[in-house]
Amino acid sequence: MQTEALLRSPDIVVEPTLTVERLKAYYTTKAFGIDRDIRAVDDISLTVAKGEVYGVAGESSSGKTSLIKTIVGAIRPPLHVVGGTVRFNFGGQTYDIYDLKPDELQAIRWRHLSYIMQGSMNVLNPVRRIKHSFYDFAFPHMGLGRATFWDRVRDHLRKLDLDPGVLDSYPHQLSGGMRQRTTIALATVCTPEFIVADEPTTALDVIVQRDVLTMLRDIQRDLGSSFLFVTHDMSVHATVSDRVGIVYAGRLVEEADTPTLFRSARHPYTQHLVASLPKIGDTTRRASLSGRPPSLADPPPGCRFHPRCPLAMDVCSKEVPPLVSIAPRHRVACFAVTGAPS
Amino acid sequence: MSLLLDIDHVGKTFTQGGLLSRRSIEAVKDISLQIEAERPEILSVVGESGSGKSTLAAMVLGQQLPTRGRVLFDGVDVASIRSGADRRAFMAKVQPVLQNPFEAFNPLKRVDRYLFATAANFMAATGKPTRQEIEARVDRALVEVGLTLAEVRGRFPHELSGGQLQRTAIARALIPDPRLLVADEPVSMVDASLRMSIVNLFSSLRDRLGLSIIYITHDLATAYYISDRIIIMKKGEVVERGNAREVLDNPQHPYSIALKNAVLTPDFA
Repeated sequence: MQTEALLRSPDIVVEPTLTVERLKAYYTTKAFGIDRDIRAVDDISLTVAKGEVYGVAGESSSGKTSLIKTIVGAIRPPLHVVGGTVRFNFGGQTYDIYDLKPDELQAIRWRHLSYIMQGSMNVLNPVRRIKHSFYDFAFPHMGLGRATFWDRVRDHLRKLDLDPGVLDSYPHQLSGGMRQRTTIALATVCTPEFIVADEPTTALDVIVQRDVLTMLRDIQRDLGSSFLFVTHDMSVHATVSDRVGIVYAGRLVEEADTPTLFRSARHPYTQHLVASLPKIGDTTRRASLSGRPPSLADPPPGCRFHPRCPLAMDVCSKEVPPLVSIAPRHRVACFAVTGAPS
Repeated sequence: MSLLLDIDHVGKTFTQGGLLSRRSIEAVKDISLQIEAERPEILSVVGESGSGKSTLAAMVLGQQLPTRGRVLFDGVDVASIRSGADRRAFMAKVQPVLQNPFEAFNPLKRVDRYLFATAANFMAATGKPTRQEIEARVDRALVEVGLTLAEVRGRFPHELSGGQLQRTAIARALIPDPRLLVADEPVSMVDASLRMSIVNLFSSLRDRLGLSIIYITHDLATAYYISDRIIIMKKGEVVERGNAREVLDNPQHPYSIALKNAVLTPDFA
């Protein structure tokens, strides 16, 4: 809300923390002389303001994780960026992720930009105590002496209601929830301005999930960081995200503030996602969507949702609907909503 | 009134470690549960990870033998099944559906081979089946789940979507005409847009084929949506049981209340 007010006032121009413009990233495979492009990220533009939690929703293999990888610059072949720019704004300084040299990228990672990964077991080294993971990840970025560094780490753990004793444990000695909270502590110990969270609660059961989400929300308020929060679970977005973008087959199809998205989604895919959520206390039959998610190697022409769409028109199979602003902070890519081009 | 499944004061203890450092873990403590033969139903088993849900399922499937109590299926103690023929007859009646369809199928093997092999195995009990008979049986099972043999024939697992693959797994389980399906977290790996189609499929299988389903999950919302009865487990014990709607609308046990309160509700109205 505060940032919004700032953005509207004419004398102060606040550049968003993250600006992604027309980003395209494909997986290119060459086998037996045949080139195949998997268009995992196709023409995505979005911005994340300072202190905002931007949720990315979409089903598996819709390109969510590829989007994150391209945004944080963790690009390994066969994934490569075909076009577009990713700019971060940390403390007034702009960093273009694809113009940075590897050591410059290294310097902003963890200090300004950190990443909470899905499987907490894969982040923490299973054969070393947790303090070694903290040392390896965070020490080089903090520029502190050893004693001050460990004081800082212990303070940070205490602030997150974790016993500093976890530093002396091995990952397998902790429960799943504790491990995920430790990973979050690890990702936030340098007070980064931008945090990417990829399905941070998917493997946890409901009670632990609620604890972890509350903790994330508290950290976010505390540090004032921006979050890019990725999960396929719409009810998690309802709880944590300020704004949600829906990704379908590598494209952004709708983006709005969370309440708007849940109350008055316009894209048929979003409407289906919201309507199909089962709720306790409501037994009305939930419809399911026919068809299957498209293959990114050979996506349907035009709008990629048209084979499954109840509102499909002729134009949908020929032209790609652009992402159009239909209200302040509400963008939709659908001809049925924005009107077909003449 | 005859019972299809009678779980009678069942317990399972796993022991760990050697002679000197033996530890035992009680995964399931004294659970009793009945499913009637004439009244097919969906029974949800809900609880946190480590509460013994999957161990209970393994005992119903006869993969783990209980250390205490008995599991009776159709009046026969599952632990007493010894001969191959008896085991096949039991397996024809109780079939599993696993959590992750991508792990359930070998990625290098065509999916239809699982279906044909299952059909051939179970039909062999009544004389050698012909190719046409096997294919007809497989096709019938696939039609039950909303697919056809033409869609699945010759496909590898990666060529099918998660939802299609999970449907194929369910079709495979339906081939021997089972009376009970044990589904362990069947929708947790399936995409949001396809999740409800699997869940709706379960309720239509119950209504059309008279199949009972044990639905293991930690998703209370889908449990509320499809199940008739529910049991809530914690640390190997049942803390609350009853009609699913009544239990979840008005939970009594502190743990059930905590579970319900932890469910994230997408409510903005």
